Amino acid sequence: MRTNLTTNLRAIWGRAYVRVVGANREPSWLFFEVALPLLASFSFALIYRGMGAPEQYVGFVVVSGAMIAFWQNILWSMAAQFYWEKEMGNLELYLIAPISRMSILMGMAVGGLFMTAIRATLILLIGTWVFGVTYQVSSWLLLTGVFVLTMGAVYGLGMLSSSLFMLFGREAWHTANLFQEPVYFATGFYFPVRALGDLGAMLASAIPLTLGLDAIRQLIFSGTPVNPLFTVKTEMLLLVVATILFNWAALRALRFMENLGKQSGRLTLKGQ
Amino acid sequence: MQWSIETRNLRRTFRDRPVRRLFRRAVGTKVPDKVALESVNVTVKPGELFGLLGPNGAGKTTLIKILSTLLLPSAGEALVDGIDVAKDPDGVRRRVNMVSGGEHSGYGILTVRETIWMFSQFYGVPTKVAKKRADAMIERLNLTESADTKTSKLSTGMRQKMNIIRGFVSDPKILFLDEPTLGLDVGIAREVRAFVSEWIKEHPERTVLLTTHYMAEADSMCDRVAIIDQGRVLACDTPANLKRDLAPDCVYQIEVPLWTETISPLDQMPVVRSVAMEHRGDQGRTHLRVILEEEGGIASVTDRLAKRGARVLSMTRLEPSLEDAFLNLVGHGLSSGNGENGAR
Ligand SMILES: Nc1ncnc2c1ncn2[C@@H]1O[C@H](COP(=O)(O)OP(=O)(O)O)[C@@H](O)[C@H]1O
Ligand SMILES: [Mg+2]
Repeated sequence: MRTNLTTNLRAIWGRAYVRVVGANREPSWLFFEVALPLLASFSFALIYRGMGAPEQYVGFVVVSGAMIAFWQNILWSMAAQFYWEKEMGNLELYLIAPISRMSILMGMAVGGLFMTAIRATLILLIGTWVFGVTYQVSSWLLLTGVFVLTMGAVYGLGMLSSSLFMLFGREAWHTANLFQEPVYFATGFYFPVRALGDLGAMLASAIPLTLGLDAIRQLIFSGTPVNPLFTVKTEMLLLVVATILFNWAALRALRFMENLGKQSGRLTLKGQ
Repeated sequence: MQWSIETRNLRRTFRDRPVRRLFRRAVGTKVPDKVALESVNVTVKPGELFGLLGPNGAGKTTLIKILSTLLLPSAGEALVDGIDVAKDPDGVRRRVNMVSGGEHSGYGILTVRETIWMFSQFYGVPTKVAKKRADAMIERLNLTESADTKTSKLSTGMRQKMNIIRGFVSDPKILFLDEPTLGLDVGIAREVRAFVSEWIKEHPERTVLLTTHYMAEADSMCDRVAIIDQGRVLACDTPANLKRDLAPDCVYQIEVPLWTETISPLDQMPVVRSVAMEHRGDQGRTHLRVILEEEGGIASVTDRLAKRGARVLSMTRLEPSLEDAFLNLVGHGLSSGNGENGAR
């Protein structure tokens, strides 16, 4: 049991190392990963300014831009990465190793976290400075709690989708691409999700990021009316449920897909 | 005795992709499952270097994938170190590793050393131990100069050496090598073979299952060889026994001055089983590869040649090769053409 744990911890660090080293060796990534997403946030902020929208909307956009970084890290640097690993032939080497598949995924996410944190911080700092956003945090403790819970739920969702990437590869890749923009829209990255209407908001909150973002907005702009979805307490409760649910489902799905792949012969590339 | 590897009536079939299957069914064609392995029974002893020799599509990779827990058997059983691959895959994984020819694993941004270290971590090897093992193998395989090169800059040969080390660094009890010298230069292939042969001798518990479609590789390296074709094991024995039992043992190569007639100088001789003529116009000679029904026939062959005015320039008795055995058994050669990369 103990050796099992150390082996898995070593595996996490081993896989994370690639990302950490990669970020250092190819600093040009920083530009693509930090500068480009900044532009997206800024253009929304400028549009809101131009439309004469309430000033807190600009603040929302900046905070959302920072959170997008974490979401993208999990979806693209972890879940979709399984597709590339399969194409390159790494996936089968991960699968024959005596470790949990979750350790590999965790390694990817942890390795990407370094870059993501830089990116989120820069977006937050530059956005705040350029647009003169002011924050009024009601509770740092709650804010941290909401952030951690959101990450937990999103990570579960990421693992769930990586099980799809593991088996379906290219098809899953296209689907994820297809859903990228609708997800940004539905989670209310760039506006309070209530704007989607009651029903729309309910549906969108199935994506844990929606709830997390809404709660973060409430906590971080506590002075201004924000048109919340639910109370922070309710949202946190829902996030706990989502975290447990998604992680449990992901575990099952990973096991199920691996087994299906071992039966059908789709786990590995045929020609090898 | 506990076998290192044992399969019992192992069978593996593949279905068409669901979409294609639906389509074909709609069109009305029957789609039988593709049989990759048909009732395979092999046993490998601890300490053995066991070869699977067969042409492309024979089912070699399928067998290795089943043994390394990437594929489930469709029927029958496969045991590795006594553990059923279907029932306890994690138990199997702790004991094995695998290297394939032409593998492109790892990440271009890491160096050779880093790549080997990374993969060692998936087996829980402490960093210090991993580095020590890697250094020893890097030196042994003459990879020192490239050890700190990014893997994206490696040549095919260097890359395959790295892959080999990658598979050995976890110090597995049982190692699967799927065409490990595929596409390598003669020199590098030889280094890799020597490395594997030495590794297995270092420890009596170590076992290697190697697939290949290079005859000479199977012949020179393996303790025992299973000849596999179309998912069936046709024979399984030591290379020497296979040659003795399956290859004709009276093979001569005779050189005569260029023989311009289409009809062989040895036609209609009951003692001659077959003759292959190869003309070397540039040397003004013809090589005859003669297989005799019996040892004593060689005298009448030289008599006949003399009568026909084909003076014998040289005559060599050939050792029967594994290729002769394979041809005799399978009825066709290996489709790889002249892909041999200089075993021996
Ligand atoms: N994942 C798969 N899906 C469908 N058919 C497969 C798959 N893997 C192998 N096959 C088929 O099984 C047969 C054996 O293949 P393989 O084991 O790769 O042979 P070898 O390694 O000896 O060249 C081939 O006809 C191949 O097309
Ligand atoms: Mg093969």
